[in-house]
Order: sequence, then structure tokens, then C-alpha cells
Amino acid sequence: MTFYALFLPFVVALFAPALTRILKHNAAWVLALAPAALFVHFLGFLGAVADGGRVTGGVQWIPSFNVNFSWMIDGLSLTFALLISGIGTLIVLYSGGYLKGHKHQGRFFSFILMFMGSMQGLVLSDSFLMLFVFWELTSITSFLLIGFNHAEERSRRSAIQALVVTGLGGLSLLAGLLVIWNITGVSEMSLLLSTGNLLRDSPFFIAAFVLVLGGAFTKSAQFPFHFWLPNAMEAPTPVSAYLHSATMVKAGVYLLMRLNPVMGDTVAWETVLPIFGGVTLIAGTLLGARQTDLKLMLAYTTMASLGLLVMLTGFGTEGAIAGAVLYLIAHSMFKGGLFMVAGNVDHEAGTRDITRLGGLAGAMPVTFVAALFAAISMGGLPPFVGFLAKEEIYYGLAKGDTWSVVFTIVAIVGNALMFVLGFAVALKPFLGPKVETPKHAHEGPVLLLAGPVVLALGSLFFALFSGWSHEHFSTPMASAVMGHAAEITISIIPHLGLALYLSLGTIALGVLLYLSLAKIRSGMAALLAGIGWGPDRGFDQAIVGIVKLSVAVTRLVQRGRLEFYITATLIFLALAILVPMGIAGEWPAVPAFPDLYFYEWLLVLIAVLGLFAVIWARNRLTAIVSLGIQGFAVAVYFMLLGAPDLSFTQFMVETLSVVILALAMTRLRLSPQDHRSAVQTVTDGIIALAAGGALTLLLLRVLETDFDASLTEFFNEYSLQIAHGRNIVNVILVDFRGIDTFGEIAVVMTSGLAILALIRVLPRRSRSALSEPPKNPQNAGEAV
Amino acid sequence: MRTLIFRTVAPFLSSLMILFSVFVLLRGHNEPGGGFIGGLIAASALAIYGIAFGVSPVRRAIRFHPMALAGFGLLLAAIAGILSIFSHVPFLTGLWIYPKIFGVEVALSTPMMFDIGVYFVVFGSITSTALALEERERD
Repeated sequence: MTFYALFLPFVVALFAPALTRILKHNAAWVLALAPAALFVHFLGFLGAVADGGRVTGGVQWIPSFNVNFSWMIDGLSLTFALLISGIGTLIVLYSGGYLKGHKHQGRFFSFILMFMGSMQGLVLSDSFLMLFVFWELTSITSFLLIGFNHAEERSRRSAIQALVVTGLGGLSLLAGLLVIWNITGVSEMSLLLSTGNLLRDSPFFIAAFVLVLGGAFTKSAQFPFHFWLPNAMEAPTPVSAYLHSATMVKAGVYLLMRLNPVMGDTVAWETVLPIFGGVTLIAGTLLGARQTDLKLMLAYTTMASLGLLVMLTGFGTEGAIAGAVLYLIAHSMFKGGLFMVAGNVDHEAGTRDITRLGGLAGAMPVTFVAALFAAISMGGLPPFVGFLAKEEIYYGLAKGDTWSVVFTIVAIVGNALMFVLGFAVALKPFLGPKVETPKHAHEGPVLLLAGPVVLALGSLFFALFSGWSHEHFSTPMASAVMGHAAEITISIIPHLGLALYLSLGTIALGVLLYLSLAKIRSGMAALLAGIGWGPDRGFDQAIVGIVKLSVAVTRLVQRGRLEFYITATLIFLALAILVPMGIAGEWPAVPAFPDLYFYEWLLVLIAVLGLFAVIWARNRLTAIVSLGIQGFAVAVYFMLLGAPDLSFTQFMVETLSVVILALAMTRLRLSPQDHRSAVQTVTDGIIALAAGGALTLLLLRVLETDFDASLTEFFNEYSLQIAHGRNIVNVILVDFRGIDTFGEIAVVMTSGLAILALIRVLPRRSRSALSEPPKNPQNAGEAV
Repeated sequence: MRTLIFRTVAPFLSSLMILFSVFVLLRGHNEPGGGFIGGLIAASALAIYGIAFGVSPVRRAIRFHPMALAGFGLLLAAIAGILSIFSHVPFLTGLWIYPKIFGVEVALSTPMMFDIGVYFVVFGSITSTALALEERERD
């Protein structure tokens, strides 16, 4: 069942466009059944993983390399799978309303379902290779979704940027996984988790650690790789709600949590993760404070939340891990909801600029309530799951030593700023005097409301029935992250203690900052304008730099002159043969004078005469035809040696190459005469002699070695016996070495296509393309 | 090259060469020959026909674009390889059947199919190149 569950979203994605053509936006109701079915399927595993259990399964994929198509369900992957399929159901419904009437709505459904399948595969993968494949698939589907409005240049740029950053991270992850594979000798997560200290004690631990972080930090938008995430807000809002807050960006956090039992508890882990996470948290909230676009404000708080999660994962205390687990669940629910709210406001009022919105509460009451619930959870107030998370975070961080105090302060400041931004998104558009909006706002249809409302209620129920939810979700997940049994007990009834005081402090700070949000915004704007440079611009500069470099290299080596190519190739050929021979001293001995029949001498004579005819020909066409003389002489000689196949082929190749060369020459409209100067002729002659001489020497040397006849004997013996053919040459070509031949004919066909393309290109156009620099390097960079 | 003698002989020469190329292709497994050489012969047959009558009659005569023939060849070769899946043997393993056609036992095999694929790839690619070059020459 789980095997088919892995494929279900992809299969449904195939039919989504056709279904949408028939049912229009109502196709969402049908398509949402797929993730809903997955959600129900995964609920069935709750019992199995409740006490730290693990369900694995799979099929053999490439047995000879010990690679399996295997999955693993434990507390961590199950919670993720439930979030992906659960929120996925809501997102499919929401897309039905949000993109109603869009001409590519079917395509959108298809993309989002494919993403769902990739993300689900990522968290369920047991085998490293599957993990990597699904990891890259999420990058690719995210690229398709960010670039959904492909007619807009900004969308295209953002899509490419996200693909480049997360794709590079994916390669880093692949390298990291291979290092881990090499160190431990296992290629599956479930086996890796039982290797104990093997990875930690390895001298290559740091290499694996850095490479894995390269994957996790780019995917989870950690500073300084965060810049693609705000740009990804070019995507339609359902994408932002689903990929860029609830699921995909958490893949990096998932990976870190997954590896915590085998990589955690080391100095590197507990230093690098909190520092990068803490910096991302503060940077994200500050950058978010200067935005006025609802989606961008939320995007930066997402970045900050991811920073908080990374910081907690690396902090090293059980309380911090428990806090991370609760916060991850809470964040997926409130941030997904807030994004959908922002989308509703945008959809109904026509703008999402916070300074141009106000007083919508009367027109959109349901949206307002959903927004308020989500913001309360985000701000960490009871009775929502966000409150549980924040209490647990402070409980886990506050430990008394300097290191803990620093990160506690970081967490307080970050949480306070997120509190500000959350309430700004939830309150500013809805309260205050009514502002004239581009569209006359009214409440959206049920498709648009289902998502935020269900998520808001989910946040509430998770906290109200915390005993039940801890037993089924947070405790199994925390146990999986820690690698041993753990228990989360926190409930909404506040306990007097340090954690509660810190929470109260955070709220007080948040209210204070909320009142001076305008000042913070202008201050941040001035500061960023003062800095002037950011990784986003750095990305453009890097891409433009790469394009310029490749243009320069192309100009250097691709001169577009055939003479230059041939000269360079022949010189290199001569050197490549002669230099190693000279260094190794492996010159051939002078061969004995050959003992040939008179007709064989005659053939040699004809070949030599043909060569002289080529050299002394006045006319190029004559030279080409004379080249054939030598070829035919060799072909006849093959016949005498008893190789009819070779001989036939040589005849045909010679004939056709003379015809084609002659045709090409006439087409090039060269002058019929050779106009090279004497010096040039002599230089070219020397190069030709060097290359030809080098090949001769090489062949002579090869003939001096002992001939290993075992292959010949094999083919002689088995050609008829197992391949049913008496023509050994043909049997080798089509049977024994068939896969070589297959590759060769593919090359033949590709070159045929390339020649056709070259001939069809007008000569004038091709020359101007080579000599003119690209007009706008900026655009050239974005086209990469 | 459009002399009367050449133009009179060319159709016969071309058809004989095409026929011969098929003969060479089919006998290839046991006697000198095979798909590669057969394809070359067929390509030169069309080259002769093209030199005698121009490119358009050749294009009309073969109906399909030569690159399409090459693509068909590659596909055929790939199918010949993939057929082995159904016998649970590795890619490109030779499979043989001996049906009786009009009372004569005929050996059919995936290597033969593969060789026919080679024939079409070589034939199509070279014909395409030669025709494209001849065409431009007359512009």
C-alpha cells in the first residue's frame, strides 16, 4: 500500500489537466481526494510508531549495487507525511478557488500534486539515493511552480534562482550522503541510525557534516542562502503557503533532525547550527520588518522560523529538540493559514500592500477570525499550539551559562519580532478605518476559506487536547529526532516558572515593537539602503560573471576557423603520442624489411602515388579525388589480407567521403587554388608529418607487443555456437558488442542532425552570432 | 553531370544498388555484409540518383525525411534490445525464433532486427547530409 501511496500523487497529476478541462475549478474537490486518501492512509501508522517504533519496507532496485527502493516510517517522517498530505488537501482546495478561471489551472494542479509526491517521497525515503532523487524533484517542481506565471520576467528569474541555489545544495547533499555511505558502509537511514558513534568518530566527519549542511541550509533558506525564499513569493499564493512555508523549506530541517541521532552531540553540530540558525532568525525578522507586502512579511518570518528550528535542532538539549518539534508543527499550521489569509485579502481586495489595506473585518469576517487565530498561535499565546512551542523552547534554552543566555536573548528578540509581524498581517488589513481598495472586498467562497479555517481550528485543538496530540504526534517525533525515547508533556495550563516569565517578556517586547513598527520599518529601509549590497545581487553578479567567463573561453578556443582547429588538433595529437613515448623511452625498433608479393608492392605504390597526387594537386577538387586513390588501394589490400567486410566498408566509406567532401567544398565557395605562402606550406607540412609520423610510430610499437589472442579465440569458438552466425565481424557488431554499436549509431544519428542544422544555418547569421557580444549581459545571465 | 547516358542508367543503377544493399544486409550474419555496409550502399544509390535528377525527385522517392528514417532505425535497434526484457534476460541479449513460412524454415532474431536498425540509421544520416549539401549547391 505504502509503495503505491508513494506514486499516487504523480499518477493523479497526470490526469489533473484533463479533469480540470471537464470540471473547471471544481476539479479541486475531486483532486483533493488523493491527498486526503494519503492522509487517512498515514493515520493508520499512528499506533505503530507511537512508542518509538519504525515501519520499513521496499523493493530491490539495483541489487548488484545493493540499492533498494525502500521507505521508512517513524515518528519524524510520519508527522511530516501527515502535514504534507493534510495541508496538501487544503491547498488543492484553496488552489481551486484562488486560480478559478485561470487558463492553466489544470497545469497548476498537476505541478502541485507532483510536488506533493516528491515531498512525500523525500520524508519517507529510507535509501540515500531515493532521498536524493526526491530532494531534487522537490527543487524541480518548486522551479515549475515559482515560474508558473512564466510570462513575467521576475517569475522566471526567481524560479531560476531558486533552482540554482537549491540544486547546488542538492549536489552538496549527494556528496555528503556518499561520504556517509563510504564511512559507515550503509546506504539506508534505518541502518545508519543504528551505527552509533561510527560517523561521529570518523576523521571524515567534518567533510560529511559540511556537505550535508550545504544541502540543508540552501533548502531551508539559512543565511546567507536565504535570498531565494522571498523572491519565490512571485509564485501564486497556494504555492507560497504550501512549499515555502509548510513543507519544502522544512526539508532541510527534516534532514538535520533525521541525522541528529548520528551527527548531533558533536562540537561542530552544536556550534555551527545554533549560530547560523540564530543569525537567520534575527536577520529574517529584521528584513521582514521593513516589508509592506503581506506575502513578503510572511516570507521573512518563515526564514526566521527556519532559523529558529535549525538553532533549536543544534542546541543539544532535549528541551530544545522538543521545542523544535512543537514549533515545526505549529509553524506549518499557522504560517500556511496566514499565507492563505494573505492570498484571500489579495484575491478579494486586489492588493496585499499593508499600507493600502484597512477595515476589512466587516467585509471578510471569517478570514479575519482565521487570521487572528493563526496570529495568536504565531505570537505564542494560549490556547494555541504556538504557545506550547514557545514554552518548550524557553524551557529548553534557558540553562544559565553564557552560551544559553545569548541564545535565549536571540530567541526572545526573534520571537518578539515575529509576534509583531504576525499580528501586523492579521490585524492591520482588517481593523482601523476602511481604506479604498482596488477591488470591492467581500468574503471569498468556501474553497478559499476551508484552508485557513481548518488550520486555525487544528492549531486550537492540538493545544486543547495536548495530551492526545503529544501521545500521537510530538512524542514519537521527538523520540525519533533524539534517537531515544522521550516524552513531551507540556499543556496549555501555564506553570509558573522561568519559561513563563520569558514568554511574558517576549509578549511585552512584542507589543512595544508593534506600536513602533513604522519606525522600525523606515530604520531598516535606511540601513539596507546604506549597505546597498546583498546576496541577492551577489547571485546576479555571480551568474553574469559565469556567463562572461564562458563567453571569454568560447572566444578563446572557438575561433570559428577550420584551419586553426585542424592545426591545434594535429599538434596536440602529435605531442600526446610523442611526449609519453619519449619520456618512457618506448620507441619502436626499426622494422625488418617487409617480404611482400609483387602485387602487394603495386598496391603500396598506388597508395603512395595517390598521396603525392594530393600534395601536388593544383586544384582542391583534384586533391580530394586523389585522396580516394590511397583509400581504394588500402581497401584492396584489406581484401588481400582476407577481411572482406572491412574492405567493403572501406570502399563505400571512401566513395561516399569523396562525394560528400566534394559537395561540401563546392558549397564553401572556396577559391579552387591553394593560396598559402611558402612558409605557411612548410609549417603545415611539418605539423602533418609530425602527426602522421607519430601515429606510425605508435602503430609500430603496438605491433611489437605480444598479441593476446584470447578474444579472437573466444569469438571464433562461440560465434556460431551461441550467436548463430558465421560472420564473426557481424556477430561482434550486432550481438557480442551490441551495446557499443547501439551507442555508435546514436552518435551517427546525432552527428547527422548536427550537420543538418549547420548546413541550414545561413552563413551570414552564424558569423554575426560569433563576432557580436551579447547585447545585454543581464538578460543573458537570466537565460542560463 | 546530367548527361543523357547517366540519366538513363541512373534509375536502374540506383534500384539495383538498393536491392543489393538489402541483400548485403540480410546475408550479413553469415557472409560478408551487414547493416552498416548495406546502409552505405543504399546511401550511395540515392546519391547517384540525386546527382542525376536533383534533390527533389529523391525526396519524393523516399517519401519520409531521411532523418526520420534514421530515427526509425534507432528506435528499431532500441526495441530489439528491449524485447529481451520479456524473456527476463539482460538488455540486447539475442533471441531467436524459427517460424516456417511456406514450408521453409526462416531464422528471425533480434540481432537481425538490430542490424536493420543500424542499416536505417546509417542510410538516413548519410542521405540527409548528402541531400542537404546537394540542395545548397544548386541555390
